[in-house]
Amino acid sequence: MEINDIQKRILAEVADLHKIPAGAYNFRIDGNLAGRNTTANIDIQTKKDVSGIDIKIKDYTKNESVHIPVVLSNTGHKEVVYNDFYIGENCDVVIVAGCGIDNCGSHDSRHDGVHRFYVGKNSKVKYVEKHYGSGTGTGKRILNPVTEAYLEEGSTMEMDMVQIKGVDSTNRMTVAKLKEKAKLVVRERLLTHGEQTAVSGYNISLDGAGSGADVVSRSVAKEKSYQKFEVKLSGNAPCNGHTECDSIIMDEGKILAIPSLEANNIDAALIHEAAIGKIAGEQLMKLMTLGLTEKEAEEKIISGFLK
Amino acid sequence: MLELKNISFKANVNGQEKEILKDINLKLENDKFYVVTGPNGSGKSTLAKIIAGILLPSSGKIFFDDFDITHTGITERAKMGLGYAFQQPVKFKGMKVHDLLNIAAKKELSVEQACGYLGEVGLCAKNYISREVDNSLSGGELKRIEIATVLAKEPKFSIFDEPEAGIDLWSFQNLIKVFNSMRISVQKGTIIVISHQERILNIADKIIVVADGRVTMQGSAETILPEIMKNDTLAKPCCKLNMEQ
Repeated sequence: MEINDIQKRILAEVADLHKIPAGAYNFRIDGNLAGRNTTANIDIQTKKDVSGIDIKIKDYTKNESVHIPVVLSNTGHKEVVYNDFYIGENCDVVIVAGCGIDNCGSHDSRHDGVHRFYVGKNSKVKYVEKHYGSGTGTGKRILNPVTEAYLEEGSTMEMDMVQIKGVDSTNRMTVAKLKEKAKLVVRERLLTHGEQTAVSGYNISLDGAGSGADVVSRSVAKEKSYQKFEVKLSGNAPCNGHTECDSIIMDEGKILAIPSLEANNIDAALIHEAAIGKIAGEQLMKLMTLGLTEKEAEEKIISGFLK
Repeated sequence: MLELKNISFKANVNGQEKEILKDINLKLENDKFYVVTGPNGSGKSTLAKIIAGILLPSSGKIFFDDFDITHTGITERAKMGLGYAFQQPVKFKGMKVHDLLNIAAKKELSVEQACGYLGEVGLCAKNYISREVDNSLSGGELKRIEIATVLAKEPKFSIFDEPEAGIDLWSFQNLIKVFNSMRISVQKGTIIVISHQERILNIADKIIVVADGRVTMQGSAETILPEIMKNDTLAKPCCKLNMEQ
């Protein structure tokens, strides 16, 4: 399948892809397969019952990557996609997902991606997911991702989730269950503007002794946008959990942060931190004394905060 | 040259109008090292903020190189060559020390260049360049980074508001070295330091004493220091510092 310039631009935005990547990949454009590569250790198969793919990674696969970007460039295209990752034992891999919607028409475009990760014993996974929207149409750009992660003993998963621009509505849900000594690290960065809405929910169960989770969300709500961040950490064993929601509100932006900690074991140590506020006047002033205008100072503060 | 003419500043303090600065007249010449001192609450920081453009005077005028900057904003003054180091350094989540130095220098500094500025304030750059300017840094580290940002800006005229406030004994030792070296290279521009520390006052070309919102004395360190010592308003360095030397 030929990839046009708009589609190429979106691929670059969501997966930093400027050329065909090394390793395994699966490109999905407007619901169709636009390219696939498998390796000796990583296999990708199209699902037979529903739309989506199965990615199977063999035991001891190290220093390999999988790119599975999705592009929607036809206005009005709506899809629900199920992608399942079966990661063997003792692996060390990078998975880059991401979805970009370019909507120049009047119909809503929507991608609901359900990603399930089965991470084998002692494996290490870095998962990068970036969302992006562009186009001048009146049709909305909607993304509703669901991420489920099942971490076996001693495994580690690092999730880096970014949505900086152009998505009108998103409702994200992340569920994770951790066994003994498994670790989950989440870094979420979100910027909403206009009348966008973004809801992000986490439900993390620390089931195994020595398991740990660290979920940090940094977000900026500009103009009339709305964000809701709801995180639930359940400590069901001797474990460590930390969540942090740090947000900047601007203009008429609104943010609701709902932390929830549940300790079901005497040795569960759970912490939540949340802070919401506008940019501090002294931060603007400091950068202005270095020669920036107020607007330039604001941009620097936000880009640093979301870096 | 920076000139303050009849500067007064009034503020509302606990519901009552209070005159913080009263008819201040000062001429601050090029390539000189000034130290402004005086009791707490005498208006020194207010004076510094008025020079930087953070506060507007209630009356009076400010001239910078004969140009009236009384109503010139903070950004414009910074572009004209004024630098200001905050008494309480500002923290930025996510912004790295290198980023802040780049903003100050108005260019992408190489690691070597950025290290140069950090080295000047006694920080081992390798350990700091990628650190975020946030709570992970100690008060003394933030203070030195604050000074480094002003150095990186290379202003014609810089003001340091109590650079010694809130820093530990070891950082203070380094700070004296920083100001000593700035004193030596003062031809780069005019420096004003607000300080209570005798060792900083000792290196001044000129000391200006502010008390109760007025300039009560000004002159060379040799003439003013003995007068101040009589009133015992100076903070003397910890006796351990003297033992160190």
